[in-house]
Amino acid sequence: MNDRAPIVSEDELHAYVDGELPAERRGPVEAWLATHPDDAARVSAWRSQADLIRARYGAIAQEPPPRDLDVSRLLRRRWIGRAAVAAAAAAIVFFAGGFAGWIARGAEVSPRSDLRRFTTDALDAYRLYVVEVRHPVEVPGDQRPHLVQWLSKRVGSPVRAPELDKLGLKLVGGRLLPGPTGATAFFMYEAPSGERFTLYCGHTHDPASALRYIASDRNAAYYWVDGNLFYVLSGPAERERLHAIAQAAYEQIDAHTPPQGG
Amino acid sequence: MSEFRRQIEQAIPALRRYGRALTRNAETADEIVQDTLVRALRSEHLFRGGDVRAWLYTILINVNRNRLRSLSRRPVLASISETDAVTGSVELDGRDIARALDELAEEPRAALLLVVLEGLSYREVAEIQGVPIGTVMSRLARARTQIKSFLDGERPPLRRVK
Repeated sequence: MNDRAPIVSEDELHAYVDGELPAERRGPVEAWLATHPDDAARVSAWRSQADLIRARYGAIAQEPPPRDLDVSRLLRRRWIGRAAVAAAAAAIVFFAGGFAGWIARGAEVSPRSDLRRFTTDALDAYRLYVVEVRHPVEVPGDQRPHLVQWLSKRVGSPVRAPELDKLGLKLVGGRLLPGPTGATAFFMYEAPSGERFTLYCGHTHDPASALRYIASDRNAAYYWVDGNLFYVLSGPAERERLHAIAQAAYEQIDAHTPPQGG
Repeated sequence: MSEFRRQIEQAIPALRRYGRALTRNAETADEIVQDTLVRALRSEHLFRGGDVRAWLYTILINVNRNRLRSLSRRPVLASISETDAVTGSVELDGRDIARALDELAEEPRAALLLVVLEGLSYREVAEIQGVPIGTVMSRLARARTQIKSFLDGERPPLRRVK
């Protein structure tokens, strides 16, 4: 044992396990462990915890990341390029230290998010209208330009009925619905098999977001925010199919959203 | 591609690993990684050089915290959400350690994983979590004590090696 510092603290034991111990303390700590079996047992338990964690999760870093996480792809989505951060923030040099506080504010989700009301209303509308045989829509899909113009006017922003023909979906038509924040556009698509999918879209102040999944029993939806509009694409709870459709809708809509000043 | 973007790209595998361990759910993990990347790329004009990686962990932890907060604030949504980390698809193998991590409070879990899985220094973790190093140490101590008692208590007597 070392007469300079005979006692080894618990902090030093952690630092020893994590390779953070100053070189000159390694000897004394090892000597301490040789004569203190309880501490030696703790150190070995902590090491095996770390081994378990690395064994369980380490390999994930070897997997090729999914396409959704591709940087070039994310950059193509125009809203990233927008000045989303207030000019005042530009004055903050966060790499000089203290960046955590800035990010903590920057990454805040608004407590007044429209998320729950939009997804709930959209799934309700889906359930209500997909079973409708004779009058599923107010304006049929063969009048697409008129439908889109009418709904854009009522919603107060340009809405789009994406072309999903490549995915085998035909536009049945659309209707106007009351939504959480006012007039809401509702488009219905149909597959040859009779499966129906709907796109629900209304105003929001929520920040732009990526595609998100939500499921409720047999139905599910992907939702996102682009520009000042909240979109919910609902359908049967078949996640991969729904994702392909939502992704296609998302990309078409995103390509047409005018940049917003920040 | 700029240096900033290149650094972000290189960090993605590690962010996925960390996100997965933090949430124990593959879908949720990739969602929060995507949000993290979007926020980081949006802030490129604020980049002044330096280590992007530590900053990405900071964003990811905040994104995850916001997610947990909004889940707890919206019981209706949480009950039908498929991505709920607690009831979601926690993997079957390595179940013990995943469940032990489940038991931890968010801050100690985030700190422990940064150290043992991501190999960051105490100083970096302190910076990322915005706390003094002493707080990082006590979070580590709490996490390790709790995991040890969970694993000790979990293990059925037959498997106890003595």
